[in-house]
Amino acid sequence: MATRAPDRLAAVPPGKPVRPHHRVRRHLVHQLDVKGSPYAYVAPFFLLFSAFGLFPLAYTAWVSLHEWVLLSEEQTFVGLDNFRTLLADDYFWNATFNTLSIGVLSTVPQLLLAIWLAHLLNRPLRAQTFFRVTLLLPNVTSVVAVVVIFSQLFGRDFGMINWVLSWFGVDAVPWNEGVASSHVAISIMIMWRWTGYNALIFLAAMQAVPRELYEAATIDGAGEFTQLRRITIPMIKPTIVFVVITSTIGAMQVLAEPLLFGVYTLTGGVDRQYQTLALFIYENFIKLDLGYASAISWMMFVFIVVIAGINYLITRRSRGGLL
Amino acid sequence: MGTRRPRFLGPMLAAVALTVSVAACGSGGTSASGPAGSGAPAEKVKLTVALFSDFHYAPLYEEFKKTHPNVEIVERRAQFNDHHTNLVTQLTTGAGAADIVAVEGGYVGAFTPSPEKFHNLKDYGLDKRQSEYLDWKWQLGVSNDGSSLMGLGTDVGGLAMCYRPDLFKKAGLPTDREEVSKLWPTWDQYVETGKKFVAAGVAGAKFTDGPGEHFRAMVEQAPVGYYDDQYNIIAGTNPEVRKAFDMGVRMIDEGLSAKLPAFTPPWNTGIAKGTFATMVCPAWKTGTIKDQNPGEGAWDIAAVPGGGGNQGGTHLMLPKQGKHPKEAAELIDLLTSKESQIKLFKEASALPSLPVLYDDPAVAEFVNPYFGNAPIGKIFTDAAKALKPQKVGPKAGDILKAFGDGLQRVEQGKQNPEEAWAQALKDVGRIK
Repeated sequence: MATRAPDRLAAVPPGKPVRPHHRVRRHLVHQLDVKGSPYAYVAPFFLLFSAFGLFPLAYTAWVSLHEWVLLSEEQTFVGLDNFRTLLADDYFWNATFNTLSIGVLSTVPQLLLAIWLAHLLNRPLRAQTFFRVTLLLPNVTSVVAVVVIFSQLFGRDFGMINWVLSWFGVDAVPWNEGVASSHVAISIMIMWRWTGYNALIFLAAMQAVPRELYEAATIDGAGEFTQLRRITIPMIKPTIVFVVITSTIGAMQVLAEPLLFGVYTLTGGVDRQYQTLALFIYENFIKLDLGYASAISWMMFVFIVVIAGINYLITRRSRGGLL
Repeated sequence: MGTRRPRFLGPMLAAVALTVSVAACGSGGTSASGPAGSGAPAEKVKLTVALFSDFHYAPLYEEFKKTHPNVEIVERRAQFNDHHTNLVTQLTTGAGAADIVAVEGGYVGAFTPSPEKFHNLKDYGLDKRQSEYLDWKWQLGVSNDGSSLMGLGTDVGGLAMCYRPDLFKKAGLPTDREEVSKLWPTWDQYVETGKKFVAAGVAGAKFTDGPGEHFRAMVEQAPVGYYDDQYNIIAGTNPEVRKAFDMGVRMIDEGLSAKLPAFTPPWNTGIAKGTFATMVCPAWKTGTIKDQNPGEGAWDIAAVPGGGGNQGGTHLMLPKQGKHPKEAAELIDLLTSKESQIKLFKEASALPSLPVLYDDPAVAEFVNPYFGNAPIGKIFTDAAKALKPQKVGPKAGDILKAFGDGLQRVEQGKQNPEEAWAQALKDVGRIK
C-alpha cells in the first residue's frame, strides 16, 4: 500500500512533458496494479493456507499410503493397506459411533438452547452487555480447566452430581464407565463451552431482523413463541445453517474432553467407551504409527465432508426470509 | 478474518530468519568444539540436562563447576509423559535432544534397542561403576545387544505395601508393621487377609484401591515378564502373567477393590479419606500420600507380598546428538556417585541404587515420622535388594496398560475375565 503513493508523485513531475513511452509504462504499471494487486493482497492467506492447510492434507494422504512408523528408518509403500485394515478395525467403528453419538447429544440440545438464550437476550434488558459477556465466558475458559472441573463434578464417589442425585435415592452413577453416561457427561462439557458462543452468533443475526415485523405480529396477536417460530427462526436461517455446519465439524473433532475425562486416557476409557475419532488418531500418533494415524485422519476428513454435505442439503431447503 | 492473516507473515519471516541464523550459529559452534584438552584454558562448554521433575541437582551442578569451571549447565524440565515422547521425537528427527536426558524405568526399555542413538558410556570409562550398582538396575541401562552401556542409574523405587492402621484395627487385624508384614509373605495370603477384612465389614472402606498396581508388581517380581530373553513378546503365553491376572480377578471377585485406578483424582481423595486400606507402594509414593494430607500416622508401611520389587527409578543417558560427551559423562558420574546419592536421599528421599549405601546409617536408620516412624530406608532397600533382574522390552508400558484395562473391564462388570483376557491379548497383539 505504501509503495503506491510516492510512485505516482515521482511519475508526474510538474512542468515536464510526459514522454509517450513513459505514459505507456505508467499505463502498464497501473494495469498491473489494478489487475494484480488484489491477488497480492489475498496471497498471504493462500500462501499460509497452502503451507499449513493444503500441504499437510496432501502429505497426510501420502503418509497414509505407507507403513510409516517414526522409529524405523524406512517407510514402505503399502498402497491402500492402511485403509483396508482400518475398515476392518472394530476400534475404528467404535470411535466413529462414539463421535456421532457425542456429536448428536451435544449439538442438538446446544443449538436449541442457544436459540432460546439468544431470543431471551434479544430485547431491551438492563445490563445487557453484562449478560452477553457472561455468555461468552465459558468459551474463553481453558478447555483443560473445564474438563478437569467437570470430571470432578462427575466423580463416582465424591462428585457433586452424584451427591445431588443421592438426595433422590439414586445410587452413585459411575459416569465415565458406561457408554451412555460417559457420552452424556462429555456432551454436557461441550455444551457448556459452546452454547453461549453460538447464542451470541444467533443474537447478532436476530438483531438484523426488522423490528416492524415483531410489532406487526404483536398487533396481530402473535405470542412470544409464535414470533420466535414464525419470524425469528425463518429470518435467521442462513445463520442457523452456518452454525449447524461449524458445530458439526467441531463435534467431529472433539479431542480434549475425552482425553482428559476422569483421567488422562488415550483409549477413552478402559473399554474405549468414549474414544472419539480424533482421540483414536491421537492414540496412534502417540504410538508413532503415523501411516495408520494418517489413514484415520483422511477417513475423518471424508466423514466431515459427507456430514457437512448432508447438513447443508437438509438445512438448505428453505432459504432465509419469511414465507 | 482475512485482514488478520497477513499480520502473521511478519513474525513468521522473522522466525524463519531467526531459525536460520540460530542454525548457522549452531553449526559454527560445532566445528569449533573439539575434545576439551586438559590443562590449557578450556573453551566454554554448555551442557543441557533434560529432566521430568525437580531432581534437586542444583547443588551438585555447583560442585561440578568447581572442577570444571568452563562448563555451563542448563537444566530443562518437562511434564513426565511429554518429556519421554519428546525424547523419542528428538532422537528420530536427529535434533533437539539435551546432552543428558533422564529416562524413567518404565521407558528405559524403549531406548535400549537403539544403542546407535546414544553415546556408549564404556567409552568414557563408566563401566568401572558396575560393582557399585544393584545388578538389575545396572542391567536396565545396558543395550539389548549387550554392546553398549547406555545409562547410569540414579534412584530406585523399592516396593512396599502401604496400609491404614486405623482400618486394620476396625477389622480386627494386627496394626504393627512387623505383624502386618507377616500376614502376607505371598499374594495368596494377601488376598486371604483381604477376605478377613471384608468379613469384618468395615463401613465405607475396601481392602485395596484396585488390582492394577498389584498386577504390575506380581509380573515384575517374576523372573520373566512380558518379554523373553530375545525380546519377543510372550505376555500371552507366560504363565506368570496369567497368574497375576487371575490374582487380580480374585481380588475383584472377593470384593477387595475400591475400583479406584491409581493416580486419578478420586484415588487421591480415597488416600486422604481412607476409603481403602492397602495399596502397593514404591518408595516415591510416600510423597504422593503425604501430598493428599491424610494426617500423620494415617498410613503405615509394611513389606510387599511376593518378596521385594521395584517401580520406577531413573537412568541418565547421553544422546548421540550431544557434542560434549566427555564432560557429560563426567557430570553423570558425579550425579550418580555415592556421595551424591546419599545427599539426594536426605534431600529428596531418592532411594539410592548403590547397595553399599544401604548400610549407611543415613539410609538404614532413616525413619519417617509421617508414617508412624516407619524405617522406610530399610523397608524399601530390602525390597530393592530382593528384586531379580528381568528383561524389560520396549513396549512394556503399553502391554501393562492393556492388562490393567482388562482388569478394570472386569471390575466395572463390562466383561467376564475370559473376555477381558482375550481382549487384552488382542490389544497386546496390536502393539508394534
